Amino acid sequence: MPIKPPQVIGQVVLYAAFAAVIGYFATEPGYTYVDPGAAVITLSFGHAGDRTTECRRLTPEEIAALPPNMRRPMDCPRERVSLLVELHLDDELLYRAWRPPSGLAGDGASTVYERFIVAPGRHRVTLGLRDSRREQGFDYEHEETVELAPGEHLVIDFRADKGGFKLL
Amino acid sequence: MSNPESARRVSYPKRLARLAVERIESAFDAVFTPEWNPLYQLGALGWFFYWIVAVSGIYLYVFFDSGVTEAYESVEHITHVQWYAGGVMRSLHRYASDALVIVMMLHLLREYIMDRLHGPRWFAWVIGVPMIWLVFAAGISGYWVVWDKLAQYVALATSQWLDALPLFGEPIARNFIHDSTLSGRFFTLMVFIHIAVPLILLFVMWIHIQRHTHARVNPPRGLAMGTLAALLVLSLVHPAVSQGPADLGAVPARVGLDWFYLFLYPLLDEYSGIALWALLGAATLLLLALPWLPHKRSVPAIVDLDNCNGCARCVADCPHGAVRMATRSDASAYAQEAIVDPALCVACGICVGACPTATPFRRRSALKAGIELPEYPVLELRERSLDRSSALRGEARVIVYGCGQGPDLKAITGASVAAVEIPCIAMLAPSFIDFMITRRYVDGVFLTGCRANDCYERLGARWTDARIAGERDPHLRARVPRERIARFWAGSDRGAEMADALDLFRARLRELHAMQAPVVIERHEAATNAN
Repeated sequence: MPIKPPQVIGQVVLYAAFAAVIGYFATEPGYTYVDPGAAVITLSFGHAGDRTTECRRLTPEEIAALPPNMRRPMDCPRERVSLLVELHLDDELLYRAWRPPSGLAGDGASTVYERFIVAPGRHRVTLGLRDSRREQGFDYEHEETVELAPGEHLVIDFRADKGGFKLL
Repeated sequence: MSNPESARRVSYPKRLARLAVERIESAFDAVFTPEWNPLYQLGALGWFFYWIVAVSGIYLYVFFDSGVTEAYESVEHITHVQWYAGGVMRSLHRYASDALVIVMMLHLLREYIMDRLHGPRWFAWVIGVPMIWLVFAAGISGYWVVWDKLAQYVALATSQWLDALPLFGEPIARNFIHDSTLSGRFFTLMVFIHIAVPLILLFVMWIHIQRHTHARVNPPRGLAMGTLAALLVLSLVHPAVSQGPADLGAVPARVGLDWFYLFLYPLLDEYSGIALWALLGAATLLLLALPWLPHKRSVPAIVDLDNCNGCARCVADCPHGAVRMATRSDASAYAQEAIVDPALCVACGICVGACPTATPFRRRSALKAGIELPEYPVLELRERSLDRSSALRGEARVIVYGCGQGPDLKAITGASVAAVEIPCIAMLAPSFIDFMITRRYVDGVFLTGCRANDCYERLGARWTDARIAGERDPHLRARVPRERIARFWAGSDRGAEMADALDLFRARLRELHAMQAPVVIERHEAATNAN
């Protein structure tokens, strides 16, 4: 069936509308993920806490009672303690949480991944991490003053083998 | 026995929705013609866009370089240095992907509104659900590999969302917080995912159409050319570009989201990742359950071996592959017999219309076809046709055959017009048209049903047209005057237009009547006695 001129015009209009819808919604309207005038602090690390119980040296009798292929000098329980993590920005407590160990047996690293949208400017960042069985205080502490520009992304990492907290 | 003329089985809200859809589609019919109407070709268009994405993706892959800085630089080179080829390909890749989402979601919505998900159709519906996940996974992973600001946002948001699931020992998002944590091997992984997922999608798309005979996987050439031209023009006028290189030291504060793929992402800022997973999981389960919600199902067709000669026409015409041929199980001289799989049969009756034994002319034995719908035997169709036509008066007596998906037939019946509803128009064997006209029970036969190219039973109107044109068995005999036959493929929203078409047809019949010598009209009783 031959197509009439009005149909051609109609098709052009509908094809153009189809293309326009795709072209527009492929990028617009823009989405403001974070206020462009703000800065973001990401606190993220993975770290294994101490074991919940000290390793204990087995007695000769206990070692002898074990099957020959499973004999070992120390008995070390697998489970690890939860980490206590604190982040203060200036005098405000931004984050305080007990982070449990991963793994079904609770023997893996505890992980932290938290984002904070903050005002740009000069800030004092105070961090604390407890990864032992102690009851009070922190095993790692860090304090640093940073100057955050609008839109800047500050990452707080933790590496025990490199001295503790690092601001990247 | 249930009333076979109560095929309008869908609920009232769905009927309203269907009416709305049909109104829109009728408008598209007027512009595109039913043959090119894109709304009837949503599945085929999905395949078409998939191939555009695949071809353009292969081209882009040749020039893409994976690496923390190389990824962005290579995409920039493709986009700007060879804008005439690579740039166009990139834009086509993106826009065809977006178009794929549009037609996929419209296809889903339309099949639901048109009630094409129950019975044997559950298979295509259920297979289509994971396809949605795969399309989105393929698209989102594609945004990731460009490694511009949008990619940075997508990487962070997606990994944070994935981290909400208790599956990963260490947060994946940690990989995207600082340059020191980002590895070039990550891009190799993402490219692998971006290629592997579409390949899996292709396989699932192939499964999706396995239970459809004569599945449409290519849109008509004119529609394909028009759509491709629209995407090409868009690619040239508004090319897809990157949004600046990713910088993990800065926040991608404002990004131009592709809303077709990333429309859920802003919700991640309002609701927890787990809540969103739960929402998607619930939506997926609901979609999977829809085909099994309460729905009336007709009794499947049955084969009567005494009348089945093993011609296999029913196999050739069944739109759902519900009939197959097998070695004869009785003592008949015929080699094969038809076997109906009740799980696949939708009781449309197209097989009945294809059966050479479903002819109302039969006299030697009782009218019973080789394959029958238990709820609507051919004998009942003949009786109903004769009964209703016997009361007709005037010079242009017409019997209208229509299906339950077309216009309301009750509205057009009158002193000179009778109507008989059947499950699908292709249930009407051409011999019925021959019978009603050459025996002068009526002056004309008017066939109506679903819209052209959008048969509810997929192939009813197509087979009917082909049978009347003599292109497909059983064909309408040459002796039947074609001017006494009218077809109006309408859909349920075009009752008024159908009434107009019927009036025109009857006017033509009156002209024929005036040109011909008066004929003696055999009455129903005479025919009944003859049988």
